[in-house]
Amino acid sequence: MANKKRNTLLFFLLGFGLLALLLINISFGSVTIPFKEVIKSLTGGQASKSTWEYIIINYRLPKAITAILVGMGLSISGLLMQTLFRNPLAGPYVLGLSSGSSLGVAFVILGASIMPAFLSSFLLSSYGVVIASTLGSFTVLLLVLLVSQKLRDTMAILVVGLMFGSFTSAIVGILTYFSSAEQLQKFTFWSLGNLGNLSWLSIVILTIAVSIGLLMSLVCIKPLNALLLGENYARSLGLNFKKTRLIIIFATSILAGSITAFAGPIAFIGLAVPHMAKLLFQTSNHFILYWSTLLIGATIMLICDVVSQMPGLEVTLPINAITSIIGAPVVIWLLVRKQKIVS
Amino acid sequence: MRKVLYSKNLSIGYHTKKGNTIIAENLNLDLHEGKLITLIGANGIGKSTLLRTITGIQKPIQGEVFLNEKNINSYHLEELAQNLSVVLTEKLPPSNLTVYELVALGRQPYTNWIGKMAPEDIEKVINAIELTNIQEIIQKKHFEISDGQLQKVLVARALAQDTNLIILDEPTTHLDLHHKVSLFKLLKKLSATMGKCILFSTHDIDLAIQLSDEMIVMTKNKIVQEDPCKLIEMGVFNTLFEDEDIVFDAEKGKFLFK
Repeated sequence: MANKKRNTLLFFLLGFGLLALLLINISFGSVTIPFKEVIKSLTGGQASKSTWEYIIINYRLPKAITAILVGMGLSISGLLMQTLFRNPLAGPYVLGLSSGSSLGVAFVILGASIMPAFLSSFLLSSYGVVIASTLGSFTVLLLVLLVSQKLRDTMAILVVGLMFGSFTSAIVGILTYFSSAEQLQKFTFWSLGNLGNLSWLSIVILTIAVSIGLLMSLVCIKPLNALLLGENYARSLGLNFKKTRLIIIFATSILAGSITAFAGPIAFIGLAVPHMAKLLFQTSNHFILYWSTLLIGATIMLICDVVSQMPGLEVTLPINAITSIIGAPVVIWLLVRKQKIVS
Repeated sequence: MRKVLYSKNLSIGYHTKKGNTIIAENLNLDLHEGKLITLIGANGIGKSTLLRTITGIQKPIQGEVFLNEKNINSYHLEELAQNLSVVLTEKLPPSNLTVYELVALGRQPYTNWIGKMAPEDIEKVINAIELTNIQEIIQKKHFEISDGQLQKVLVARALAQDTNLIILDEPTTHLDLHHKVSLFKLLKKLSATMGKCILFSTHDIDLAIQLSDEMIVMTKNKIVQEDPCKLIEMGVFNTLFEDEDIVFDAEKGKFLFK
């Protein structure tokens, strides 16, 4: 079939693009390092300057890996939610999952001083932040789900997500009012989003969390295809809807929660990337969409990261700003096109 | 002929806070292989409740429903999907599904965890496509085809599911006369040649009288299952609507309006 050939070619190109962007991403930065030296350090050889090697191994490589994990995880969680909620505009950020995570993290960072000492030291560790963030996104997703059961209109779910977003940011606002300047700075930096500054240990934790989320989503591919016909048809095909929904919720909470914990709330990737995959491959088959969303998600995140530290710029721009600048127009374009999607 | 589905002293209805609301009691329906059976009744009489009960979505108030000699409520979900397929009235959510992919989804109860289609599955899908005569549109997206074509595609999907009972909820609504007749004939052909038992609800009583092997008529007082000629003799159709302006003409076999 012609489609099959086209898909193979697309996958090949995407894989190649991802690899190329990974190298480009690592080559760019505030310190100029020749491309040859980058390859040398990556392949285990000695770079001409030890500082170059140090920058690449301990700063740029972890950042690139984080970007890939973040891109993959957020995009897949967006794909899962768009099918589950039968809503093309669903995504972890739009549905308020990221705000839920923020709330969890805000409680931990800003509220740690109120807790007993042994508890606050645990809470402020990487584990504490991850757990709080995952719990936050899980709670919000459950609430959105609960409300969405009462609403037949899928568009209303977006409004609900938006409301949860404002609600949580209001609570965060109240918390910041009572916290010290140091805590506030820490939280503000976190909330701007940052792919760098992750220790190798944090990357290992993030990798494990994202892998679990991605594996759970992999199991959902067949049920997700059934859900393309709607809940009732899916049931008539032997799908255990409640079980599937639970797996999807867990997977998306783990993905969105852990990623938000480490990299901050990152907007629009989860919403926009699945649509790029759908447009590129012209299909709804989740077996193809899963892999293409993974590849495109990782690629887009690497691009955003390169843009955020444009060579020649002294400072690194917050990653959240970049994804929003790219993502918001995509959403508006989708809304305009919505007529076509729905009919 | 073999019984595919039957009910034993079935009471249908729904649970409310104030207790059970019973729609019909003591139903003993028999659905046989190779029969095209239509379910008719006025709006709100409880056709959907009956269909929901005999497809296992809703539990009966009393009595039992047996599908292939096994209580329908004791089936495992996937096993039930291998014995019963449905065509619903609800609209499909927006997606890029092609007609072929939509029909192929009917094989889900038989495929492995990732949904990989075996050669046998593909054969069943192609067979379903040929039987419903939709070869020309299989590469189109499901939202690009007409309502009449979509109904055929949904029937093809149910066929691909390879069950000996297919239940359809008002498949002829929104179709013009030509497409109504063609869908009726398709269902008739499938029941006669494939030995399937097909049950569907409809408001096209004239067509149902002419084309179905048996009819289940729901009125306020009772539910009867008979072949159409017998039903006419019994004068059941005059009791269908509680409206003096609508009279059934037994000679012509259709409704007249005053």
